[in-house]
Amino acid sequence: MTPLRASFTPPAEDALNFHIEPLGTKNVTAISLSLRKFRASATPGQMALAAAIALFLAFFLVVPVVTVVYVAFTEQGTGAFTLVNFSDFFKNDLFLRSTWNSIWVALMTVAWASAIALPLAYITTRFEFKGALIIQTLGFLPLVMPPFVGAVALQLLFGRNGSFNLLLDEYLGFKIPFMEGLWGVVFVEALHYFPFILVNLSVSLRNIDRSMEEAAQNLGCSGFRLFRRIVLPLAMPGYVAGAALVFVKVFDDLATPLLLNVKDMLAPQAYLRVTSIGIADPMGYVISVVLIVASVFAVWLSTLSLRGKDFATSQRGGGGLSRRKLKPLGSLAAYSVVTFLLLLVLAPHFGLLILSFATVWSFSPLPDSYTVAHYARVFDDSWVYIKNTLIYASLAAGIDVVVGGAIAYLVLRTKLIGRHWLDWAATASLAVPGVVIGIGYLRAFYDVTLPNGAPLATFWFVIVLALAIRRLPYALRAIFAALQQISESLEEAAENLGATKSRTMRRVLIPLMMGGMLAGFVTSFATAAVELSATLMLVQSNADAPLAYGIYVFMQSASGRGAGAALGVIAVVFVAICTYLSHVMVERSQRSRGLNQ
Amino acid sequence: MNEASVLDASSALRRKRAVGVSISGVNVSYGANHVLKDVSLEIEPGEFFAFLGPSGCGKTTLLRLIAGFNTADSGTVRIGGEDVGDLPPWKRDVGLVFQSYALWPHMTVRKNVAFGLEERRLPRAEIDKRVNIALEVVGLTHLADRRPSQLSGGQQQRVAVARTIVIEPKVLLLDEPLSNLDAKLRVQVRRELRDLQRRLGLTTIFVTHDQEEANTICDRIAVMNDGVVQQIGTPMDLYEHPANLFVAGFLGAANILTGRFVEAGGKRLFELDGGMRLHAPAHAPDGARLVFRPQHASVAPVGSGGALSGEISHREFLGSIVRYAVRVGGTDVTIDAPFVTGDNLFADGDRVDVTLPSERTLWLAE
Repeated sequence: MTPLRASFTPPAEDALNFHIEPLGTKNVTAISLSLRKFRASATPGQMALAAAIALFLAFFLVVPVVTVVYVAFTEQGTGAFTLVNFSDFFKNDLFLRSTWNSIWVALMTVAWASAIALPLAYITTRFEFKGALIIQTLGFLPLVMPPFVGAVALQLLFGRNGSFNLLLDEYLGFKIPFMEGLWGVVFVEALHYFPFILVNLSVSLRNIDRSMEEAAQNLGCSGFRLFRRIVLPLAMPGYVAGAALVFVKVFDDLATPLLLNVKDMLAPQAYLRVTSIGIADPMGYVISVVLIVASVFAVWLSTLSLRGKDFATSQRGGGGLSRRKLKPLGSLAAYSVVTFLLLLVLAPHFGLLILSFATVWSFSPLPDSYTVAHYARVFDDSWVYIKNTLIYASLAAGIDVVVGGAIAYLVLRTKLIGRHWLDWAATASLAVPGVVIGIGYLRAFYDVTLPNGAPLATFWFVIVLALAIRRLPYALRAIFAALQQISESLEEAAENLGATKSRTMRRVLIPLMMGGMLAGFVTSFATAAVELSATLMLVQSNADAPLAYGIYVFMQSASGRGAGAALGVIAVVFVAICTYLSHVMVERSQRSRGLNQ
Repeated sequence: MNEASVLDASSALRRKRAVGVSISGVNVSYGANHVLKDVSLEIEPGEFFAFLGPSGCGKTTLLRLIAGFNTADSGTVRIGGEDVGDLPPWKRDVGLVFQSYALWPHMTVRKNVAFGLEERRLPRAEIDKRVNIALEVVGLTHLADRRPSQLSGGQQQRVAVARTIVIEPKVLLLDEPLSNLDAKLRVQVRRELRDLQRRLGLTTIFVTHDQEEANTICDRIAVMNDGVVQQIGTPMDLYEHPANLFVAGFLGAANILTGRFVEAGGKRLFELDGGMRLHAPAHAPDGARLVFRPQHASVAPVGSGGALSGEISHREFLGSIVRYAVRVGGTDVTIDAPFVTGDNLFADGDRVDVTLPSERTLWLAE
């Protein structure tokens, strides 16, 4: 990394001198005053920091994406502008079908994910419901496992010859094609991504002030009309945010369709073109541009629908909607719905667990017999995957916390011109599909050679950078929120009592932000640990591969499924433990700082 | 804690000689918003000085300028004769007590108070000694190991004060320190602040929008409005001799009557908007208005020969005084009459004459 790091130190001092030198002695006071204002806007250190972040984002986010777009719009070899690649794309039946399939799958997934998330969110936030906490916690569980891992387990449970259909056939004489073609993808993705809607919607519902509802009741509104006219509109922003995220994620997902053997979707097509034909094939880039456009469109649509609707209705002493007691019949209905949904949501996990202990599981509702051999095998020769994942995910999360923290600080605590661009650029990576990052890195960094002569794109640290860029928005938002909650007067008080900017940061800001920084680290870490879209392209050898890649490789052969499942279970347990530990740490550090009282 | 030990303790914090603060020709603007306009004032060593004005008048901006959190477009700020314009906040040695107190929630009371001394790299033993003294001065020794969130509002305020005076600042700045306290505590705390300031002999600047606070504890007040210092003086001075309409209206109640000056029979007269005329002194500037305090005028039955005449539109009995609203010309003026048992009070609708001693009238312009 030495050649890269050299460019990370921007010549901030020179920039300052450049501004001062040309001015004469005549307007000395004016100069010293304008200089004073200039210095007040940001210190040289802050400017250097901003420049370093700008370079980081430019190099590892902007350049790869721009490269992809550039290649899509230019003629191979000459570099002349052309639309011929796009006309080829739209003349090709396979690509057109793939585009519609991707859109259809993403929309249907949003619909089904909503169908799962809405009842869960509503029941747990509106009624006195035992186990609400369990539901909210279990709701997160799908996220700690790559969706394609669940795909294999669901195939065994709900596939044409899966447990469910075998039993159905035996007793009722028919089968339901849950897992056939595109429906299979929708089924897997909906079960995996519904938590995004559940979490956002629950937060919105909980933030609605009780007085909003009471005012409506006072004016004669009740029952379903109350829900439709007051509760639903107020919760809408949260729902739309979650739904847009699900759309983007599904549109971008590469491994699930591949594992379910669905190839006529956009992300798999991009991957197949690049891996089978090579990185010179223009179609991979055209598909990437289409993926970017769709993602940006979804994000834009959600911001558009949210504009001016940031309902912060929680007032002093509010505390969310009033919770009602359920009547016995309603209670029964609610518990049935919740139990059914939870069983469905946890099906991939159960399936995976059983698979990891199964000897042979085929054409039977349950495996023939059980063994721990898969785990032994995994610990023997797959330890490298776990080690790599630990290294990659913690390095990426570390980078995210540092870069995210610096961006949050620059945006919220300085007047530096253009500081918002850093925030926007970092957040924009949410709308860049992993496949695009992967292709962009391959193309942009293949010609950059390392000191040992190998291309930069094949160096394992590039995987870390891709993960860091992909997860930066998560860490950034967590830290941003934490910093926003700290009153600026706490820092001013420290400066007033003699602490310099850096001392203030160390003694006041960082201790107070620790909770947010840990939360950011964990979110980045946990999601980076199961990421595959970008890494699938960038992994050059098994020795450099992370866990998700290992599972993917195992899962592709029938004989490797047991071991793949064992590795998957390890990944789930591993991420769950990390998340729990960090949760405990955040709680403890907040309690010891007296922030929870 | 006995009185003697407090005095000992505070004398231990009183080592430096008090210094003055001098502000000259200061302008501050945020974009097109001109927040401070050519502000100049001198604060004497050891003085308790107030910046008084409505919200948005620039008083807090001026205070933060002294602390180093704002930058002036032009003009200088001198503390003890030294131009501090280029010093960052951490090198200024002026203690600021924040309106929100800004106590660090992750540190105990003791850690909060020790912070400034630790930043000054004092030896541990010296820090402990001084922290104990400061906590004793504000009477919080028994709460030293609590966290700020476990203290009441009044106690938090004392921690904020202790944290600031422990560094023995050249100047003490108080930003609306009483605004987060309830009414009863406010009176008590403002006396405590006054006592503390006297004991420490510390030059202190107090920002407030509450004239009562400023009047009761400050030696001198700078009344500010719209980024401009309107008048500087002692509380009595400002009340008796306001320089303009704003000061007259902001400090205490005042009746303000508009009209124009006319010449009639070689005499200068003031014609109220309603048409009524009264004598105007030669020194009254053109464009001035007639200003008087409610207790300086009196009401009498019609025909008693007052300067003005009108009709009672409203009467409020307030115990020691009776407050009349009298309709004069087109406007209501307020007149406070002392209540004496057995007096016949005027009723709503009564025609009355208003007497106005000429030495009690003020002729003020904008």
